[in-house]
Amino acid sequence: MLTNLMIAGFGGQGVLFTGKIIANTGLLEGKEVSWLPSYGPEMRGGTANCSVCVDDEPIGCPIVLEPDILIAMNVPSFDKFIGKVTKGGCVVYDSSLIEAEQTREDIRYRPIPATELAARHHLDKFANIVLLGYTLQAVHFTSYETVCEAIKACVPKSKQKLLTPNLDALRLGYEFQETKS
Amino acid sequence: MGTVFEKTRGLTDHVLHYCPGCTHGIIHRILAESLVELGLLDQTVGIVPVGCAVMAYDYFNCDTIEAPHGRAPAVATGVRRALPEATVFTYQGDGDLAAIGTAETVHAATRGENITVIFVNNAIYGMTGGQMAPTSLPSQVTQTTPYGRDPKVAGFPVRVCEMLSTLDGVAFAQRVAVNSPQRVMQAKKAIKKALTVQKERKGFSIVEILSTCPTNWGVTPLEALDWVEEKMVPYYPLGVYKDVSEKGVFSDAD
Amino acid sequence: MANKFLMKGNEALAEAAIRSGCHHFFGYPITPQTEISAYMAKRMPQIGGTFLQAESEIAAINMVLGAASAGVRAMTSSSSPGISLKSEGISYLAGSDVPAVIVNVMRGGPGLGGIQPSQADYWQATKAMGHGDFQVLVYAPSGVQEMAELVGLAFDTADKYRVPAMILADGLLGQMMEPVVFPEQKSDRLPEKTWATTGTKGKRAPNIINSLFLQPDELEQIVKDRFTRYQAIEENEVLAEEFLTDDADLLVVAYGAVARIARSAVRAARERGIKAGLIRPVTLWPFPKKLIAEKAKQAQNILVAEMSMGQMVDDVKLAVLGSSHVHFYGRTGGMVPSPNELLEQIQAIADNREV
Repeated sequence: MLTNLMIAGFGGQGVLFTGKIIANTGLLEGKEVSWLPSYGPEMRGGTANCSVCVDDEPIGCPIVLEPDILIAMNVPSFDKFIGKVTKGGCVVYDSSLIEAEQTREDIRYRPIPATELAARHHLDKFANIVLLGYTLQAVHFTSYETVCEAIKACVPKSKQKLLTPNLDALRLGYEFQETKS
Repeated sequence: MGTVFEKTRGLTDHVLHYCPGCTHGIIHRILAESLVELGLLDQTVGIVPVGCAVMAYDYFNCDTIEAPHGRAPAVATGVRRALPEATVFTYQGDGDLAAIGTAETVHAATRGENITVIFVNNAIYGMTGGQMAPTSLPSQVTQTTPYGRDPKVAGFPVRVCEMLSTLDGVAFAQRVAVNSPQRVMQAKKAIKKALTVQKERKGFSIVEILSTCPTNWGVTPLEALDWVEEKMVPYYPLGVYKDVSEKGVFSDAD
Repeated sequence: MANKFLMKGNEALAEAAIRSGCHHFFGYPITPQTEISAYMAKRMPQIGGTFLQAESEIAAINMVLGAASAGVRAMTSSSSPGISLKSEGISYLAGSDVPAVIVNVMRGGPGLGGIQPSQADYWQATKAMGHGDFQVLVYAPSGVQEMAELVGLAFDTADKYRVPAMILADGLLGQMMEPVVFPEQKSDRLPEKTWATTGTKGKRAPNIINSLFLQPDELEQIVKDRFTRYQAIEENEVLAEEFLTDDADLLVVAYGAVARIARSAVRAARERGIKAGLIRPVTLWPFPKKLIAEKAKQAQNILVAEMSMGQMVDDVKLAVLGSSHVHFYGRTGGMVPSPNELLEQIQAIADNREV
């Protein structure tokens, strides 16, 4: 089955890295995957986004125009893509940075104050992985163990000290419980 | 009676196509002799230009590549990187080296590319029939400066050895001429020095040779030799512009 | 099982080139192909190869000319504006019978254009890669796996016929990551090149790499001999992929990134009961004209889809010589057609209406 994911935010928030981890989960499961970044000057500090497709069949168009899952890390990205999410799809977003009205009835909204949570746990640079953990909880696109494996595959050998905080951030998001106000 | 002169085996038996009084032939000979005398000929790859020497691949008795106009130093770089043991020279005229190929020249030099450039400067585009070269002198009449080269319009001549000697990659740069027997011998000595610098992997080496073009200068062969002396040498002083061949260019980079 | 890597197309191509025996790379940065240079810069020193950042695309292609003349496998890569600068050197490579591989990761043009994916250099690659009567082999990968597979084939075929070869990719293929399995390495021994300028070692007459022939009859003969080799290439080296063409009465012809989008559209059209099929040329020169002509016999309508204003469509028209209706749909300037856009075109043709 084809799953189209879109991860979007500011450059530097770990948009591409998050997408890479998701693509690696597909690879670990023996599926067809593609990962495509927006590229060019916007990578350097502007908005960045990343398309990830996971499928049992060879992937046709690697550009995700209508995501089944949207992970939004800033307001411009949320605004740009929220209307494109497929019916029955899900948007996971950082409610520390995005104040959003949940106007669509046909999709699921899953806000998480990822930036605040991460900061509270001394994981300041890992809000993207908190979001990823919460995405996993919300849509179960693969197993928790597979994501851990994928993170291990994606953290470069030269940056092994980043492995533990990545895994901690994943758990933080994965175990997050939304408190209804 | 012993042999006093023998044609070098560094040249083939092809008849040279150069005009009467042109000193390309002399430069070919002293380069070929130098390659033979240093025992380098059989490991040499020569890169020849577009310009009067375009058919030099028929004359040098070694492997040769005919490069696009101005690109000889880049082609030589490719050969150098593929064949670390080879001797690599380029043979280029003033238009080839100092106009269309300036970037390739400057960057091969600044990389300290271990090649030898033989730069034939005759202050004119010979092959196309006598147009202004980057080294044409102020007030020099050519087909494209019919009223004389006016620096206010056409800019100033390029002094290649002076320019290149500011670059850290250049191990050896000398300007010579071939308008007298003594000068020819000095020129050969400079070429041998440059090839030795290359052999010892000391960096980029260039020998600029002031050469004649009686046909396009509109003078006789004899007058052309004087023209070099009276017009060119004052603007392009002879001498060694750079010699760090003792240490080599990379000694401080290690 | 062979190892699967998740890699960008540009990086997969670079790694595969090294594995195919290319140890000399000369580059110049330009988006969207710079990853090739960056990868080569990292890997070449590890294997004792050459990575050199040239002062210009012109210098880079001439360094390739020098290295390839010396008999080694050499490569350069660029994107559209840089390829225009390389066209001089490519003409010299062709005119001197020197094999080498040039990569074009196409972006929108003309001029500085844009940096998003495009296929607008088809004419340049297949018809006029420089001045003079000549062709280069043109391979058009459609995914990261093919970025890896075709570069080795390009080197082999270039060596076999002593012609330059081009990998014609685009920004989408260069930038995307997909799993890739590197083809098994063939023997380390590369074909012997007795023509190469390596120094005579005193054992043979000098070799000359040259494209200058001042006698018209001599030059004509040399060009004609080269075209005899081109004929052999057209007979032996054509590659194309077919998808659901057996019973197709509506044929889509697309290459590269557009072909994978067309594939999704063709599948969707089948679900709607339209007998659509896809031919994907893998070699753009030699062009699979026989295959297209053959399949056109049962397909009244052909839709050519490209990221350009319509370039390959000319070759399709020449292949079918009026036997089928040839329609065209293109996006350009860096716009990538969506599967739905192509599906709409297919539907419109099936309904016999104009869009």
